[in-house]
Amino acid sequence: MIRLIDVTRRFGDRLAVDRVSLDVAEGESLVLIGGSGSGKTTTCKMINRLVEPSAGRVLVDGQDVAHQSGPRLRRRIGYVFQRLGLFPHMTVAENIGVTPRLLGWDADRVRVRVRELLELVELDADAVAERRPDSLSGGQAQRVAVARALAAAPPVLLMDEPFGALDPLTRERLQGSFERIRRELRLTVVFVTHDMIEAMRLGDRIAVMSDGRLVQVGTARQLYEAPVDATVRELFAAPRRQARLIESRLERGAP
Amino acid sequence: MTELLARLPETTAAHLGLSLAALTLGVAVAVPLGVMAARQPRLAGPLVGVASVLQTIPGLALLAFMVPVLAALGLTSIGVLPALLGLFLYSLLPVLRNTITGLAGVDPAVREAALGVGMTPRESLVQAELPLALPVILAGIRISATWTVGTATLATPVGAPSLGSYIFGGLQTRNYAAVLVGCAASAVLALMIDGLLRALALGLERRRRRVTTASLAGLLGLGAIGASPAVCTLGTRDEAPIVIGAKTFSESQILAQVLAGRITEQTGDAVRTVDSLGSTVVFDALEHGQIDAYVDYSGTLWTTVLGRGEPRPGRTELLDEVGRALAEERGVHVVAALGFENTWVLAMPRAQAERLSVRRLGDLAPHAPRLRMGGDYEIFQRAEWAALVTAYDLRFAEQRTLDPSLMYEAVRSGQVDLVAGLSTDGRLAALDLVVLEDDRAVMPPYDAVILASERLRRERPDVIAAMRRLAGTIDDATMRELNRRVTEAGESPAAAAAWFLGRPLPP
Ligand SMILES: Nc1ncnc2c1ncn2[C@@H]1O[C@H](COP(=O)(O)OP(=O)(O)OP(=O)(O)O)[C@@H](O)[C@H]1O
Ligand SMILES: [Mg+2]
Repeated sequence: MIRLIDVTRRFGDRLAVDRVSLDVAEGESLVLIGGSGSGKTTTCKMINRLVEPSAGRVLVDGQDVAHQSGPRLRRRIGYVFQRLGLFPHMTVAENIGVTPRLLGWDADRVRVRVRELLELVELDADAVAERRPDSLSGGQAQRVAVARALAAAPPVLLMDEPFGALDPLTRERLQGSFERIRRELRLTVVFVTHDMIEAMRLGDRIAVMSDGRLVQVGTARQLYEAPVDATVRELFAAPRRQARLIESRLERGAP
Repeated sequence: MTELLARLPETTAAHLGLSLAALTLGVAVAVPLGVMAARQPRLAGPLVGVASVLQTIPGLALLAFMVPVLAALGLTSIGVLPALLGLFLYSLLPVLRNTITGLAGVDPAVREAALGVGMTPRESLVQAELPLALPVILAGIRISATWTVGTATLATPVGAPSLGSYIFGGLQTRNYAAVLVGCAASAVLALMIDGLLRALALGLERRRRRVTTASLAGLLGLGAIGASPAVCTLGTRDEAPIVIGAKTFSESQILAQVLAGRITEQTGDAVRTVDSLGSTVVFDALEHGQIDAYVDYSGTLWTTVLGRGEPRPGRTELLDEVGRALAEERGVHVVAALGFENTWVLAMPRAQAERLSVRRLGDLAPHAPRLRMGGDYEIFQRAEWAALVTAYDLRFAEQRTLDPSLMYEAVRSGQVDLVAGLSTDGRLAALDLVVLEDDRAVMPPYDAVILASERLRRERPDVIAAMRRLAGTIDDATMRELNRRVTEAGESPAAAAAWFLGRPLPP
């Protein structure tokens, strides 16, 4: 469904993404994981042409995106931004309905669709539909951003650390909702995170990035059993260290 | 005063129409320019630069400058058009600057999100960036509105009716109530427009449809009120077949009323007067056929209009030469000399003149370095002044430019020691000022003459004949009396003219 072939992106003389090749099958969820500045966001934005590659090709549904109109392409690809980017001057309902309106849906159809989506992301339509984004809690805003990305029923969804700024409980709940939605709608997903637990929970496969390069791609088990380098090994080590720390503290009867 | 107040509604409406038209044009041009500049930052610097320079030009100068520009383009050069154009240019900067600032202030994350959800750059502008920049843009429009309404008072000297006629006219006739009425009415208009714009901003921001609609309706209502008179005067010429011009001082306005009254009386035609035109604006207007007649002075025409200097012929020869030159070179016709001369004179309070024993300009040189000189807007700029200063070797301690009525107030209260005024000014006698004799005859003669346009001469010999009958009918004493009635007794120029016209004509 999504294919990156030797994709490179330079900003000045800095290589943000360096010869990345990647395939995401239809209905698959691929998680991009890596440290800050490793090129995850840039890779994502090259898929819907928010950023143009300096070299290499990107295919979506078999078609080279470079030959498609950017706006039309992006109406077929849902995108949840790292910083959400909800429109502050629009209500929640208007935010969610924005892409369908761009596609020329009539007002009634948009209204029905907005209701459906609010239900899908488990928000109370009557309570939030007419509110402005700045009056929402962080978790509610995240749900609205996901609803907006899904509004025009895109087959492909790009999610850039959508749950990054949430408390662990809310995050877990949202991960659960998202997992359900993704399977219900059979979405093809590229999901960016730097949290290995989230990656294992939501990704069919995991792609590890470091310094703009793709280090290794595979299922969690493959990465765990045959890590190509220390970066990959460390991804599993850190959460386990944390878990052990918690257990040992509690066993020792710490306050 | 009641006569003044009777004209207030239509004057206010005209003022409103002019300001709103200029503001609307300004917004219609500045917002798209601001959008372009925000898109292409390389344009922003030059655009804001040009608008800033326009903004630093004093309002009156900018408006007055439109007159020769329009005349050179062969367009109506006095009236609403130059005022509209000047005010439009004046209104650009705040809107332009705020549009650029407002758009630059939109969160880049929102702009990226707009593209991310599938908007084209244009959709992003209309649906996301402009709505978000709107409060800042509206703030710019509010600043612009206040400036435009205030500056529109300066439309009077270029021939557009505005509340400025109360201010300019009031200053001329020492009618401070009129000045106050003009200022207050203009302030009320500015506050009303500002209030409506603020309500509009609030309504849009908070999505109060009723507030938005009400404020829009209010603005449209004001526009409709303003449109009625403004539209009528926008045409190349108006319904009145004959238009008489006047300069900014009361004598000129009285004489315009005298001409108008005489023409109506003899021909039955409607005549309109355009008051308070700038001194050179009025000649340009006549030359380009925007007005049909007005009264000017032979010396002014000789030096300022024709640019002649020395050697200068005598009084009668100069008048003949001016008549010939104007007809040949400028297509303007001297119809008649009214009979009085109104020359520039230097005058000082009697007590001081006696103390210094100064009676003639020739006596003045040794005292000049200790004397403060007051003059009106024109005198210090004129060639005659330069000639006078050289001939009598005058170097004053200070030269102050003042509005004529303030100038007389200043000499009365001892804030200046002498003034350059006009010999027919009623205030010279009223304040007991001694007119210093021009013992070397440096000043040219200033016979008051009626000038008429080529069109009037060709098409309306009856009107020319009616004006010609005024030849020699106003002597110095009569003119002083007419001036006194207006500047001292508070009569309107029209009333003073009626008093004069009511007198029997000489056979
Ligand atoms: N528009 C840009 N101009 C210049 N440099 C950029 C731009 N966008 C990204 N970069 C640089 O490219 C590199 C990769 O950035 P990117 O945003 O893709 O990283 P990331 O993996 O998403 O990081 P994070 O986890 O912090 O979001 C960084 O060094 C960043 O500074
Ligand atoms: Mg990122």
